[in-house]
Amino acid sequence: MPAHDVLIIGAGLAGQRAALAAAKAGASVAILSKVHPVRSHSVAAAGGINAAINVADDWRSHAYDTVKGSDFLGDQDAIEIMCSEAPKEVMHLEHIGVTFHRNDSGELDLRAFGGASMKRTAYVADITGQAILHVLYEQLMKHHEQVERYEEWFVTSLLQDDSGRCCGVVARDVRSGRMETLQAKNVILACGGAGQVYSPTTNALIVTGDGIAQAYRIGAPLMDMEMVQYHPTTLVENGLLITEGARGEGATLLNSEGERFMEKYAPNKMELASRDVVSRAEQTEILEGRGVGANKDGIYLDITKVPRKRTLEALREIVNIGKDFAGVDITREPIMIRPGQHYIMGGVKTDVNGATPIEGLYAAGEVACVSVHGGNRLGANSLLDTLIFGRRAGEHAAARAASMGLPDTSDAQLREDVATIDAIIARPRTGRRVSEIKQELGETMNQYVAVYRDQEGLEQAHEIVKRLQAESKDAYIDDKGAVFNQDVLGAIELGYMLDCAEATVVAAIERKESRGAQFRTDFPERNDAEWLKHIDISLNGDGPQISYSAVTMTQWEPEERKY
Amino acid sequence: MAETHKPPERFTLRMRRYDPESGEAPYWDEHTIELEPHRSVLEGILQAKAKFDGSIGIRCSCRAAICGSCGVRINGEPGLACHTHLDHARASSKDGVIEVEPMGNMPVIKDMIVDMDAVHWKKVQRVTPWLINEGPQPEREHLVPRESMVDITQTMACIQCGACVSDCLAMEVDPGFIGPAALAKAYRFVGDPRDEEQRERLLDLSEDPQGIYDCTHCFKCVEACPKDVNPMGQIMRLRRIAGADQHINDQNNGHRHEETVVTLIKDYGLLHEAEMIPRSYGGNSWFGKFHPAAGKELLSSLPVAIRGIAKRKMSIKIAIFGHKIPKQDLNAVKRIYEKVESKPERYELNLYVSGVDEDAEQTPVGVGSEEGSAK
Repeated sequence: MPAHDVLIIGAGLAGQRAALAAAKAGASVAILSKVHPVRSHSVAAAGGINAAINVADDWRSHAYDTVKGSDFLGDQDAIEIMCSEAPKEVMHLEHIGVTFHRNDSGELDLRAFGGASMKRTAYVADITGQAILHVLYEQLMKHHEQVERYEEWFVTSLLQDDSGRCCGVVARDVRSGRMETLQAKNVILACGGAGQVYSPTTNALIVTGDGIAQAYRIGAPLMDMEMVQYHPTTLVENGLLITEGARGEGATLLNSEGERFMEKYAPNKMELASRDVVSRAEQTEILEGRGVGANKDGIYLDITKVPRKRTLEALREIVNIGKDFAGVDITREPIMIRPGQHYIMGGVKTDVNGATPIEGLYAAGEVACVSVHGGNRLGANSLLDTLIFGRRAGEHAAARAASMGLPDTSDAQLREDVATIDAIIARPRTGRRVSEIKQELGETMNQYVAVYRDQEGLEQAHEIVKRLQAESKDAYIDDKGAVFNQDVLGAIELGYMLDCAEATVVAAIERKESRGAQFRTDFPERNDAEWLKHIDISLNGDGPQISYSAVTMTQWEPEERKY
Repeated sequence: MAETHKPPERFTLRMRRYDPESGEAPYWDEHTIELEPHRSVLEGILQAKAKFDGSIGIRCSCRAAICGSCGVRINGEPGLACHTHLDHARASSKDGVIEVEPMGNMPVIKDMIVDMDAVHWKKVQRVTPWLINEGPQPEREHLVPRESMVDITQTMACIQCGACVSDCLAMEVDPGFIGPAALAKAYRFVGDPRDEEQRERLLDLSEDPQGIYDCTHCFKCVEACPKDVNPMGQIMRLRRIAGADQHINDQNNGHRHEETVVTLIKDYGLLHEAEMIPRSYGGNSWFGKFHPAAGKELLSSLPVAIRGIAKRKMSIKIAIFGHKIPKQDLNAVKRIYEKVESKPERYELNLYVSGVDEDAEQTPVGVGSEEGSAK
């Protein structure tokens, strides 16, 4: 069977960065992804990447903004690492070819972003994620001898040896349907978040919480799962993302009375307050009857104030999105948006090197929770998170591989997974369709586990999720084939999503306060005395078990959060 | 304010299905779905998948025309399924039924899923698709002109969906042609001031008979591209940089041929067919015909010339003296040449910044800076 020092699952920014770092450190590396690497959801990251590269800036200012943005739930040691290493990482990206836009002196240009005390977001128009992802893939093509690529392979299980160390994966070649055990000294999960648990979401169809559930199922704890980010500007039409870069360039938010309502909620930062604050403000306006549109469920984002030439050059993608998906020329009229699920701050709990409590298992990027985002992630910090902790995980795993032999693996799990897939394909058409359950899950989460939450709604969501889990056990599919059977993968993904949803709901019920993205209408205040701590969720037998871990504080004490 | 809340309508999709495991030939499969008319063809297919048949195979992910997964042909035209509205697709169909097929020029794996590795990615790898900059790196960023990065962002915006590859006519005839997507990728490096091997790249792509001079200028890729990357435009820019700036005379005479066409039209207002071959092969002047390479090429094209004269597509008089156009028309042509040639910098039509800029409206299109030009 194939064996690698470092096997990376997922080929978005975190995965590709980890692969390149591990290869540079001399390890034998493979990267596996259920889609072609450039289709990874990092491609959709629009606005930019934060780094204190302006000579007048300081990484400590970036770190403080991040701590404050996290509503003081972020671990400050990790945040310090991320922010202090950011400038070097951005320069590295520039050196390998990322086409960052420049100012008139030829230096990297910087744009304003939410929650930031100065302009520190480097960008490539509004396709920053795509530009970085494609440049990293250029590097993977360059280093094809050091990094083996399994493109369009789907992981069904993580493997553990007798001492509990992670020692590889079972995966399916999507194209042929062949299942194989891939042996590895270290596995790095870099396969993204779980946005598809929600409907609508800005996240791609592939973002189904695979890595989170796989790690959870072999005993890794999940952390901060209640913290789900609603992005303030998603299209009312279909939930697609309008970048925060629009507000960074000067766009404003207006209610049905034409009022720039952010004055009431964040008089200093206005539209550029942190995302949880802006999303809540919008939701409040909508709930109080000042929404726009036929159903009064939207808010106007007015980009017409930004000079047209600047919009066409720096926000080109959303010009196209407005035109193609909403029929609106954003350079001439406002566009209707509302808060929509966008990111999960939580994930597989790791240390600052990406290591999980399970030896040999690493996680980086949205799948992981270091935690640098705490209760709320700042815009343009996610690309940074993927790259910094992707690299650190890659380097750390490579170093670990150098000092160990290959752990033992067997084919027992492979046989089990083959049997599981055969059984899914053979299910009679008596239960519900997989697609129906997924739809009900998404709508449930978006109704009860959204911007505003309360005990009653959360308990309702928990009941529904548990029922859907039961129904998913005999949910049927149509495709009986081996080649590109996307249907059977969908059934497996549904199981992953339900695990993630349950962890989110259980943690949201547990946290009886309002902090960051978690706003409980029944506990509307932040309560540092009782809840300045992370909620960890682990699998115990069949269900989730709750424990707590402390927030690491280095230099910033919690204070009232005002924008 | 554009309100796009329209009631759902019924749309019928006719999808090309192929199951490689069945041993059966491809077939058509129809499903009727219900969605608002401005929803995408992809959403229609996903509804058919969710409600009627989960075995319909199509790659898709972002739904927002950024991941490049769902390249297909809709009513025979290449594009992204997520980027085509249902009502537009119905309007362009031949019988009110929206036809969805896999892309062309690539082998089909299953239903709408094609083997992009076998064609598209192989060609991308052909152009050394990474920045070559091996020297010691500066401590901070490379300082480069602001415009250069805006410029190459157009090719950086390529999402590798393969729509241009699908209907490339040159590739259909010559499967070895490097093709629009890969050559657009090549421009991303040639246009990048940080790349150290621009000349080597251009030499390589000029001398390869399946390189930049293999493009037949048919505009199919320009129409197909959902991201306005303008692949053919990038190929033409590669040619101009190779020929005019780097003075690369490629072995298959692409550059000399282009120069010849430009010169002949300047002199005669129309193409002078008989002068074409000798000048392209022997050198771009009246004396070109005395070059041995031109003689060889003239001899070998004699049968074509004779057939042309026999079928009255060409007369001996025109063959010797060329076409004549009225004096004032010829002067008009010369004025165009003067205007273009008098510009201090070569005018590049950059489609990256799309739409008309307010400032640009006061100056005629084609005059002024590279960016901000009209589409």
